[in-house]
Amino acid sequence: MELLYYPGCSVEYTAKMYDTSARAVCKELDVELKELPDWNCCGATTYMSVHELVSHGNSARNLALARREGADQMVTVCPACYITLYKTNEYFQTNPEFADLIRQGLQAAGLDYDGGLRIRHLVDVLVNTVGLDEVEKRVTKPLNGLKVAAYHGCMLTRPFGGFDSEERPVILDRITRSLGAEVVDYPLTAKCCGGMVTNTESSKTIPVVARLLREAKYNGADCIAVACPLCHMNLDFYQPEVNQYLGGDYTIPIVYFTQLMGLAFGIPKEKLGFGLELVSADKLVSRYA
Amino acid sequence: MPRSELRTKTRVQKLSPEELSDIFLSHVYALPDGRKIDLCIQCGTCSASCPTAYAMDYSPREIFAALRAGMLDRVLYSNTAWMCTSCYICTVRCPQQIKITDIMYELKRLGIKYGYTSPSTRAAAMARIFINITNRLGRNNESELMARFYLAGRWGDAIKNAWRGAKMFFRGRLPMPISGRKVAGLDEMRKIRETLERLEEEKMAKEEAR
Ligand code: SF4
Ligand code: SF4
Repeated sequence: MELLYYPGCSVEYTAKMYDTSARAVCKELDVELKELPDWNCCGATTYMSVHELVSHGNSARNLALARREGADQMVTVCPACYITLYKTNEYFQTNPEFADLIRQGLQAAGLDYDGGLRIRHLVDVLVNTVGLDEVEKRVTKPLNGLKVAAYHGCMLTRPFGGFDSEERPVILDRITRSLGAEVVDYPLTAKCCGGMVTNTESSKTIPVVARLLREAKYNGADCIAVACPLCHMNLDFYQPEVNQYLGGDYTIPIVYFTQLMGLAFGIPKEKLGFGLELVSADKLVSRYA
Repeated sequence: MPRSELRTKTRVQKLSPEELSDIFLSHVYALPDGRKIDLCIQCGTCSASCPTAYAMDYSPREIFAALRAGMLDRVLYSNTAWMCTSCYICTVRCPQQIKITDIMYELKRLGIKYGYTSPSTRAAAMARIFINITNRLGRNNESELMARFYLAGRWGDAIKNAWRGAKMFFRGRLPMPISGRKVAGLDEMRKIRETLERLEEEKMAKEEAR
């Protein structure tokens, strides 16, 4: 199966291990990710905070380019890109008045968009299109004994729901289990990590990050699996501050769910971007690779 | 130059709080489902669910009380909207289906446009730098973003984060701060932007006239 792929700015650099591992895992599952040519920044949560229409216009350029490629769906790995593109797309499908304004922008640039795309996140594709039985078939090195806190974060299922619960999603739990790993209880799985605010006001949002790390530790997790570049950044980068704030050792490796998949598929760890994280996942990786 | 990024361009000056409140309310009402703010029952579900409410000057519930009391200028001078992480938990839980997150976005936009942003937050500065970069390159450049943000008055953070930043850089996780990478369709993006900025102005003028 060939799928049009919108990588997004984060996975080009800060979250490059997400991109590499996603591509490697998809290849193994016979899903060919075809990168959208000349994609631009979707605007994430930030552009929207200054200009509403322009933000949707930028986002819509990607949708227009995707249609030009003849696609009827496009997949992304970053939940912020996912929700931004999804939201613009949603306006094209449900709010003709607003869509008309955005189209005027596109048309000024010689582009157009008909609302004919379906925006998807990779977890949805893997579970609901490829199927977990296919995933299980590829597992050559089951992650037996690995205890994982599967952390969904906010934007995977909010506000639109779509493929899982907005309150207590389980899709990452299901993927993790299909790899032979154990999923620990993690009630905060859909609680926010602070998002961009952790970047701008880190001193104020350390308690938010601390809560997430502490709960994973309390429940005996060996690592936290994430599906979002911003979750990864916040949980991985700010561990020294959290340890200081909580006055204890809450160090725990943060991995992308695609990295765990690759590990279970027997893909060499270099091809999964292990070693690029700040809090080393070496100990965990060497148990299986 | 960097310092100026912290200041907000004030387009409208010397409006009374009442006049400002009217203007802001007209825009909030014009959002899809914006009228629903009148249905807020002050149940506090939003505030209780909000991950950052503890760090906000006013909690989300208080924002809706203030909105209806015509005290929007105070709301805008608070850090509330800029502490909103856009996690949408309030939106999916609100019993009155008020699109709280979308309203937080609107408050950020109005704050920037009318020069009312909380002096205690740098998030507005971050947003402006981000927009400057993505307009210029078509994509974000995290190194330039953080460098300019730190230069604009966050030296403490810069020093604290330098070692980890360097690690990321040498692991290839940060681009060169001045990068040549650009989207080929920058011209398309410029045309989209110019057109939609104009339409945005027109739309806002119409909403205010109502
Ligand atoms: S959850 Fe909705 S109804 Fe309840 S206080 Fe918040 S905005 Fe008002
Ligand atoms: S979307 Fe914003 S206001 Fe609503 S709960 Fe999340 S952080 Fe709080």
